[in-house]
Amino acid sequence: MKSSVITFPGSNCDRDMDVALNKFGFVNKMVWHDDNELPKSDLVVLPGGFSYGDYLRCGSMASKSRIMQSVINFAKSGGLVMGICNGFQILVETGLVPGVLLRNKYLEFICKNVHVKVNDKENPYFKNLDKNIFEFHIAHNEGNYFCTKDQLKEINDNNQVAIYYCNEKGQLDDQHNPNGSLKNIAGIFNKEKNVLGMMPHPERMIDQSLSGEDGSIFFDNLINNLK
Amino acid sequence: MKVSAVITLKKDVLDPQGKVIHQTLDGMGFKDISEVRQGKYFEIEVQENDPQKAKENVEEMCKKLLANLVIENYKIIETK
Repeated sequence: MKSSVITFPGSNCDRDMDVALNKFGFVNKMVWHDDNELPKSDLVVLPGGFSYGDYLRCGSMASKSRIMQSVINFAKSGGLVMGICNGFQILVETGLVPGVLLRNKYLEFICKNVHVKVNDKENPYFKNLDKNIFEFHIAHNEGNYFCTKDQLKEINDNNQVAIYYCNEKGQLDDQHNPNGSLKNIAGIFNKEKNVLGMMPHPERMIDQSLSGEDGSIFFDNLINNLK
Repeated sequence: MKVSAVITLKKDVLDPQGKVIHQTLDGMGFKDISEVRQGKYFEIEVQENDPQKAKENVEEMCKKLLANLVIENYKIIETK
């Protein structure tokens, strides 16, 4: 399975993602934001970080960079595109997934482990998973998911929520909503479910000696789903 | 020509920064405020002498990059 990770100026989780993808069997290529063409890929990842210094709005500049036209075409033809953290912010700015990510409700940069609940398994990212609740890491200042009423209706009608913030038992409540996201939404799909944007970082949970291994379960399952 | 545009958050979008600014102003003694909303202001020099065309150019920029229309409105406030 071939993957590509796009590096934007200011990306800082691109190498972590490269390590994670290689560890679970992807043959990964790093792709520079100013390139024209994507290499042949089964999965394209927009990594976390602070692309373009978060100028104007997080992800807004990166969404217009040269490689993104190829990424958008790839996504529209059904290719798998996953955006993590800043990558999610870039995806919403392209319009590939609905909504926006606002400043965290309490104006704090949040860096901690959270629990998330998988909402839907009828998609290439989560199908065949035995678990529903995962412990992932979040580190962001703008992760407060928001969308219009019309968009929310469409999201619900098409079952586009990927993951929710929850407690360790999987219950959704305000106390376990770290950033004020609408309906505890932590990740979302496009209508066709080949594009996934999420704030949590599964690539930070791939080794027990780091901070946990729930990310390992995610990546291992993902590559098996793609084979 | 210089074109000025302001970007403001739509009514139903939470503005925590505006809220904190409001609280601080209140603490400083500015008691007669009912709300503060924070926005963005741009001055753009356009190489265009026709004010209508210059305005249209900046409107296009607002729609495509400067504003995110899910949460923000834009307004061209001055062309000179």
